Parts: sequence; C-alpha cells; structure tokens
Amino acid sequence: MAASKPRVKVPGSAKAGEAFTIKTLISHPMESGLRKDKQGNPIPRKIINRFTCDFNGTNVIDMEMHGAVSANPYIEFDAVIDAAGEFTFNWYDDDGSVYTASKAIKLA
Amino acid sequence: MTTRAKKTAVLAAVMTVGFGGAAMAEPDLDAKLVINDELEMTTIVEPAPYLDGALDQVISGWHFRDAATRAMEMDDFENPAMNFVEDGLAAWDAVDGTEGKSCASCHGAIEEGMRGVRAVMPKYNEEAGDLWSLEEYINDCRVNRMGAEAWNWDKTPMKVMTAAIGVQSRGMPVNVAIDGPARPYWEQGKEMFYARTGLLQMSCASCHEENYGNYIRADHLSQGHLNGFPTLRLKKGSLVSTHNRLFGCVRDTRAESYPKGSAELKALELYVASRGNGLSVETPAVRP
Amino acid sequence: MTYTRRETLVLGASSIAMLAVAPAAFAATTDEEIAAFTGGAAAGEGGIEIGAPEIAENGNVVPVEVTAPGAEEIMLLATGNPSPTVCKVKFGPAAGSQRVSTRIRLAKTQDVLAMARMGDGSFVQATRTVKVTIGGCGG
Repeated sequence: MAASKPRVKVPGSAKAGEAFTIKTLISHPMESGLRKDKQGNPIPRKIINRFTCDFNGTNVIDMEMHGAVSANPYIEFDAVIDAAGEFTFNWYDDDGSVYTASKAIKLA
Repeated sequence: MTTRAKKTAVLAAVMTVGFGGAAMAEPDLDAKLVINDELEMTTIVEPAPYLDGALDQVISGWHFRDAATRAMEMDDFENPAMNFVEDGLAAWDAVDGTEGKSCASCHGAIEEGMRGVRAVMPKYNEEAGDLWSLEEYINDCRVNRMGAEAWNWDKTPMKVMTAAIGVQSRGMPVNVAIDGPARPYWEQGKEMFYARTGLLQMSCASCHEENYGNYIRADHLSQGHLNGFPTLRLKKGSLVSTHNRLFGCVRDTRAESYPKGSAELKALELYVASRGNGLSVETPAVRP
Repeated sequence: MTYTRRETLVLGASSIAMLAVAPAAFAATTDEEIAAFTGGAAAGEGGIEIGAPEIAENGNVVPVEVTAPGAEEIMLLATGNPSPTVCKVKFGPAAGSQRVSTRIRLAKTQDVLAMARMGDGSFVQATRTVKVTIGGCGG
C-alpha cells in the first residue's frame, strides 16, 4: 500500500465571520492493536493518534484519536476566518510519521 | 402453558422480529443515485429477454444498502474508495518493467484510453481465443509490453488499477457481449449460477434471485450484480475484486471454491455481469 | 388486551435481549474515562447532540456527529467497545462551530456517549443507542 495520502476539501473563498465546512480524509488502516493475524499473534497497533487543523497559526481543531476511529479516518468540522490565508492539516501516526496538507483560502 | 401465556409468548416473538423489521427500509427503490450532484446513474432497469423473467426488475446493490452507506457513494470525497483510485491513477503513469514503459506510454491519458473498457468486461479475446477479464488485459500489457511482473488478481496493485480503469466508465451502461464466441462461456456461467453447491446446497440463485431483499443472518441480500466492482467494503476498509466476491460466495456455500482468475469464475463473471446489463457502472461502489 | 406483571416482564426481557446492553465488565473503564474528563464533576443534560444511525449496517464504519455549541472540548465514548474512548476534540479560536463529524467502529449494539466541557467549566452529556448488525457475507 502506498503511503498514507491526505485529502482535504476547503472552499476557495469564504466571507469573514461566516462559518464553513472543511472535510478531510486520509488513507490509513487504523490498526487497532486488538486484532490477531492468521497465526493468532496480536497485530501491533498502528493508528493516527492525533489530527490538527490550524489557520494562519491559529488552531481550528485538535483531535486525539483512538483505535475506535474507522480505517481511512474521515473528519468534518467547521471553521471561520477573518482574513485570507492558509489552512494547515497534520495527521500524527503512531510510528512517528506526520502527514501534512495545506490549502489556501481567499476572502469572498 | 395457558392459552393466554402462549399468546404473550407469540407477541414477545413478534416484538423480537419487529426489531429486525425496523431495518427493513431497504431496498429503497425511490432513492436516486447521483454522484457529486452531477452524474445521474441508472440503478433500475428492465431485465434483458435472456433472463426469461427471472427478475422483475434489475436493481443495483446500491438500493439494498442503508442510507448512510448509500450516501458515501454519492460524493467522491466521502467515498473512501477514491483514495485507492488515486493510487491507481498514479500507477497508470508510473514506468515499470524492463521496457521502460508505463500504461500511459501506449494508451495515453487514462480518461480517454480507458473510457468504456470496464463496461464490456469480461469479453472474448479473439487473439487469445479465450474469455478475458479486465485483470488479464492488464497483466498481458504488463508482461508482454512492459516487461513487468504480472500482478496477483487479489492484491492491492491490481485492485487499484482496475478501480482507476473502472471509474473511467462510471455512469456508462454495463454492456457485456454474450453472443458469438462468448456464448459457450455464458452458458457455462449460467449453469454455475443455478447449480446448487457445497454442504449448504445453495446456488447463486438461492440468495440473489429467490431471496434478494431478504436477510441472510443480518446481511441484506442484493441481486448480486457486478456493476460496482472493484467495490469498497466497509468491513474491510479496502477494495474487493470481482473474483474475490465470487470466490467468497461459492466458499460460503461450504464448497471448495474456484481459484480467483480461474476459467470457472470468469465464466460466472460473464453470466452475472450480463444479468446486470443496462445498469450504470458504479465502480468504485461502497458496500457494507 | 392488558398484561399481568409477569407477562409484561416476558415482553420486556425479549426487548432487552435484543438491545444487548453493554456488559458491566467494561462499564468501569467508561466511568474512569468520564471521571478523568470531568474531574468528578456532575454532567448536565441538553446543549449537546449526537447524530448517528439508529441501526448501523456495518459496525466498522458508523457515521457519528457531535454538536455542542459553546464547548471547549468534546469527548466521544463507545461504551460497549473493549476500549471505549473514541476521540477527544478541542476547538480552537478559528473553529466555526463546536461540531465534529467522523466515522467510528462499534463492536456491537451499544450506547454512544458524548460529553462536552463548556466554556464556563461545566459539563454536559448525551447518549444514543446504535444497533449494530453483524452481517456481511464472505471476506
């Protein structure tokens, strides 16, 4: 499987002070650590344990995630801006990897 | 037990069944499948004459899923299978093998070169003198044109490629040929569809013709069409190939199943695909 | 038709059996998570909503949405899972609402519990029962 790839959906522009929806999806097995392989050995946990979204350095949401979040985590939330700028998204893997994405937005 | 006690027991049983009944909103035949608010899909068609009245209507498996699962297929962003499609699109352009070629080297852009291909698979290959599934065409290119290794039909590289090729036909009607040289394969597949197998002595028809819309255990039986494959199964979180599904159905009758890629499963694939002729290709569909 | 007490118990028992109430063995963990989140403070009702299907076709991917206007942090628990904590979400200054929507795993029919810490330090909670079917041929 290719490395985890994030996808984000952010409108190209938004009005100042008006909330809008952001959707994110990343391909990841979210191996919970509770499953066993065919030989009966436990499959080690490997999940994305944290997701953050910031706008121009200001936090939008900061999410601590556990094994009960489904494979290929989908997260939808709302943001509000007062200036043009950039959203940055970070997914933190148990193995230390950090997957990132960013998206610019204009004021409408 | 007094008569009154018996009545109460019966009512208790009815209440228990009633819980299952709450889930029976499906199939919702009034639901409309429109993808990304623009691509209108055909999910119910009149049966082809060669079905001899076996089905009143040909209904896509999408109608048999609950509203939450149906919704996931309606928006490419929410459809987890689209991540795998992206992997397949990247592989299309990636050079592999001794000849220094990618798929794109011969076929050009996947959007143009592969449009409509998925809709007519499997099909009879004149040169090979045999019925070929999409996977065989892919492996033929890999081995004989690219000098690359053949992919396992049931592994990720093949599944993401069939998904990426399949989505190019999304919205087009399934239109597999069943006449001419394909006919004997179709006849073989039809015989398999109605043959009872395994310890459970069940045929494909036992579930997907005689009992679609009903539950088997807690699973809602569809008509078993192939128009959404490879499909994302939520229970696995990954793509499931056509032959993986066919293999699994035969195995679930407690029979020794046929290998994925075998002549038997290809013949069955052709016949089952033909039952769904006219339905829109939904690749990659979302199923539970 | 009216029922004697005994008959009503029979009816009730069959309903409860279908609801598959979370076993007591895991309840302690849920209580511990709640205690850690609230520091022992009592949680009120109202001001927090859980959106989830009444019946989930597949427990591996259950869409769930929690909305708690004015919350600083939301915790989501699957009380019937071996490990109940699903996620904890903090909302920053650039959040457009206190709402999060995600997809979660539910091991069986159970109550999903959401709890929010509000801006004034108080807590509210809501629960919602999700029935999980165990279908899925093959695979």
